[in-house]
Amino acid sequence: MILDFSSQLHYVWALLPEIILAVAGLTILTVDVFLRGSRSVPSGRWVPVATVVGTVAAGAAAVFQLGFESPMAMSMVAVDEFRVALTLVILAATTLSVLFGTEYLERRGLAVGEYYFLLLMAAIGMTLLTAARDLIVVFVAIELMSISLYVLAGFDRSDKRSSEAALKYFLLGAFASAFLLYGIALLYGASGSTNLSIVASEIAAGTASGNTLLYGGVALLIIGFAFKISAVPFHMWTPDVYQGAPPPVTGFMAAGVKAAAFASMLRIVGIGLAPAEPFWHTIVWGLAVLTMIIPNLIALQEDDVKRMLAYSSVAHAGYLMVGLVAGTALGFSASVFYLGVYAVMTLGAFAVVAVIGGDPGSSASIGKFRGLGWSRPMLAGMLVVCLLSLAGFPPTGGFIGKLYLLRAAMAAGEVPLAVLLVLTSLVSYYYYLRVIWKMYFEEAPEGAVLPPVPGRGFRLAGALTVLTILAAGIWPGPAVDATDSAGASIVQDAPTVGSESPLVQPRDTGTATVR
Amino acid sequence: MSALFESHWILTILMVVPLVGAVLCLAVLEERAKHVAFAISTLIFLVSLPLFWSFETGTAAIQNYVSVPWIEPWGIGYTIGIDGISLLMVLLTTFIVPLAVLGSFTYIESKQRAFYAMLLVLEAAMLGVFVSFDLFLFFVFWVVMLVPMYFLIGVWGGGRRIYAAVKFFLFTAVGSLLMLVAIVGLVYLYHEQFGVVTFAYNDLVTLPIARNLQLILFSAFALAFAIKVPMFPFHTWLPDAHVEAPTAGSVILAGVMLKMGIYGFLRFALPMFSHAATSSAVITTVMVLSVIGIIYGAWVAAVQPDAKKLVAYTSIAHLGFVMMGVFALTSQSVEGAILQMVNHGISTGALFLLIGMLYERRHTRMIADFGGIARTMPVFATSFVLVALSSIGLPGTNGFVGEFLILVGTFRTHPIPAFLATTGVIFAAAYMLPMVQRVLFGPITDAANAELTDLGGRERALLAPMLLLIVLIGVYPGPLLRRTESSVGALIEQVEKRAQLAPLTMNSSIERLDRLPILGIDVTSEDAP
Repeated sequence: MILDFSSQLHYVWALLPEIILAVAGLTILTVDVFLRGSRSVPSGRWVPVATVVGTVAAGAAAVFQLGFESPMAMSMVAVDEFRVALTLVILAATTLSVLFGTEYLERRGLAVGEYYFLLLMAAIGMTLLTAARDLIVVFVAIELMSISLYVLAGFDRSDKRSSEAALKYFLLGAFASAFLLYGIALLYGASGSTNLSIVASEIAAGTASGNTLLYGGVALLIIGFAFKISAVPFHMWTPDVYQGAPPPVTGFMAAGVKAAAFASMLRIVGIGLAPAEPFWHTIVWGLAVLTMIIPNLIALQEDDVKRMLAYSSVAHAGYLMVGLVAGTALGFSASVFYLGVYAVMTLGAFAVVAVIGGDPGSSASIGKFRGLGWSRPMLAGMLVVCLLSLAGFPPTGGFIGKLYLLRAAMAAGEVPLAVLLVLTSLVSYYYYLRVIWKMYFEEAPEGAVLPPVPGRGFRLAGALTVLTILAAGIWPGPAVDATDSAGASIVQDAPTVGSESPLVQPRDTGTATVR
Repeated sequence: MSALFESHWILTILMVVPLVGAVLCLAVLEERAKHVAFAISTLIFLVSLPLFWSFETGTAAIQNYVSVPWIEPWGIGYTIGIDGISLLMVLLTTFIVPLAVLGSFTYIESKQRAFYAMLLVLEAAMLGVFVSFDLFLFFVFWVVMLVPMYFLIGVWGGGRRIYAAVKFFLFTAVGSLLMLVAIVGLVYLYHEQFGVVTFAYNDLVTLPIARNLQLILFSAFALAFAIKVPMFPFHTWLPDAHVEAPTAGSVILAGVMLKMGIYGFLRFALPMFSHAATSSAVITTVMVLSVIGIIYGAWVAAVQPDAKKLVAYTSIAHLGFVMMGVFALTSQSVEGAILQMVNHGISTGALFLLIGMLYERRHTRMIADFGGIARTMPVFATSFVLVALSSIGLPGTNGFVGEFLILVGTFRTHPIPAFLATTGVIFAAAYMLPMVQRVLFGPITDAANAELTDLGGRERALLAPMLLLIVLIGVYPGPLLRRTESSVGALIEQVEKRAQLAPLTMNSSIERLDRLPILGIDVTSEDAP
């Protein structure tokens, strides 16, 4: 079927996953209210189940969308492999965080319909963000995602740190939105449109070149995105928010927000603003360098594992940006692959940490991990797999992801960035290894309280996480093929009119002939 | 059966069975794990042994070769095979591991299942390193190997085990990651030149690399290998790791893992970056560092109060000899180097086992705590003397053959380093013999030493094969040398030829270099097998 958006109905097809998620979310919200009435009791087990059903159905719809052809000239949303790939990543992250988190939420009395409704709304914002190719849609999607998450971050009302996290996230998030919106306004001023294709071809045609409006717009837009993906120096909120928010929300934020915001950054900055690449290249290069170096150094002396993982997630934004700096189809593919692996491994790591030190008032200090490898072998084993993958160690998906990024950087001639990528990974080894040695090399102190044994949902999600990470490391062929076509699909979206963009003839598609 | 030993399946089995064994170890009862591990590793050794005879001598071709696509979009394959150099390394590995397992029977008392599982995983990864003919595959094994070793040192090691484990891990990782960048760079260059993405060794080896690039890429590979060897001044992880590791860990570290650096030079750094590797700057650097390693290692060993640390430092000296032999690039010196790798694996492995036996009895390794135990432990004393003599290279033992070949070969091309290295042989006697004398002979000063029991049946069985090989290789090294000579000859010829063919800059008119011959496969065609 060809989607040319001549009829409004085509938008229904183009937004099918989002519509399904919205239906699921609204159903949960309303039905749950009627079932519970005015009583302040937790919702039934059907709520998380319905959430998972909704995400799985949306995932099926996303796969179904692969069958559409969409000549995307003027549409506000893209229907391409890139979007489908990242939608699946986000939906997987949502599903995993439901499975990982429900038990904790039930224990804390937070497992209510509203929580799952907000989770689904955030997921809609995220998936829409991966598809948006109109700056207004980008803004709407980011707001939908962020506002849901502000509430989710403060969802544990009895915990002061949760409220603190929500407020902090809200204030800085509002800042970021303002930057983004201002950037959009300036770009509109420079090009006369918010549609990505028009913006791009205007810039490419030279009407906007040398234009302060354009440069201002691009810079502000990048700052807005940098906040959302928590790139240095716009990362200050990350450790506090990740530490304070309820643990199931933290994992979801770390995985989902980063995937969605980065996907949008790839599409808007990497493709739409490709004609302005000479201008933003240096900015993004600098951000990538800072984001790789600084959080890795800070994490070295972080004794709280939750905060350490927060800094590690900041560092991963730096690795991801290497793909954007490369600016080639290979670079975008590498980023997509890395986002997928990153979402799973970071969710897994946060989930384990939540079991060990997630309750309000307790901390995830590194001392709590002592001896855990022998007293809770499954939990510790899962954490080891996630940490080794975060460190980029074979045979895990994290290693393949880093190799992918290295190849892209090398092919784009960004050798210093490639070297920096491995050297900063090396620094990160130390703090990931530290958790492992606490768990296995040291004995638990006398009278230490063991963490609870996780329930069925958690175990299922844990098994899925470990299997995904190992599969992506040992048999990455299919995933690499998929991400290759995802990367290629957004590059085709690049403007073709009189462009001198390096993207029209990619320097190296990397998918070239293989014997 | 002969079909099995001519196909790649034999190599695949060698890697898969230990992994299955590791799972078995985790599944069985705590006190049964050691028996399972010993059975599995012995089985692996017995299965690998016929390779020694099925291996075709007189050809430098890669044997038991297979290349199956694995990650197709990137041209990565499951490509394995062996040649004369890897054959001996594979057999050394399968020989050492069961002994390391047997040597841990009473040494390891806690968390036995995990311990033996880690040992078997380590064996699989080590074998993988020696048989990989795909750079991706090689790198994966090379790095994965660190994880079980990290656990072996960290969980079952001595007092400063965490420090030693982390240091070992990070040191090795530094070089390895830069090597990864170089590998990716190499693949990129190949893609630029010939339009194909591949990680296959036999493809990448056909790429002529511009001279200035060669030096950069060589440095990245050489750093990884030099840390692993370890060459002076990258050796500081070694004494810590060896001393803190449990006996089995030390035996495997010294016996097999130190050989991987040398193997890396022979397999990758020399043939791929021949021009850089044979440039006078590199040769001079390696020779100087090797001689420093030989003399420094010996001197530092001589003042160690701890017997295990002493043996650890001797490794630096021994590996200095081997490095010198490799970079002298004469057929004798390289063959001697390979032989010496085997010898060092056996004799140093045996020394660590012997010291481990003493430690189990007395819970100390200080030389000063012993003395006169030849009277209470005659079998131990005899073995200890023989192994020590092998380690210092007394004629009639294996150590002599290896060192002599290295020195003779090196003398032909680099007389001064060879001369200086010869003094190392004398120093070796100066650290080893006093240690032997102070531990074994003289009056019994400590009452505890008068009560020591001599070696039991298990311990004798453990040492017997090592002692046998020490003498056997010492008097009749022919079979080993015969299996390496063709590969070594081809390697030297190849390095010299490639060094001359290295272009000044990368350009489109560069012609492909030759692939390595593969037994039973025509490799001259454009498409790689």
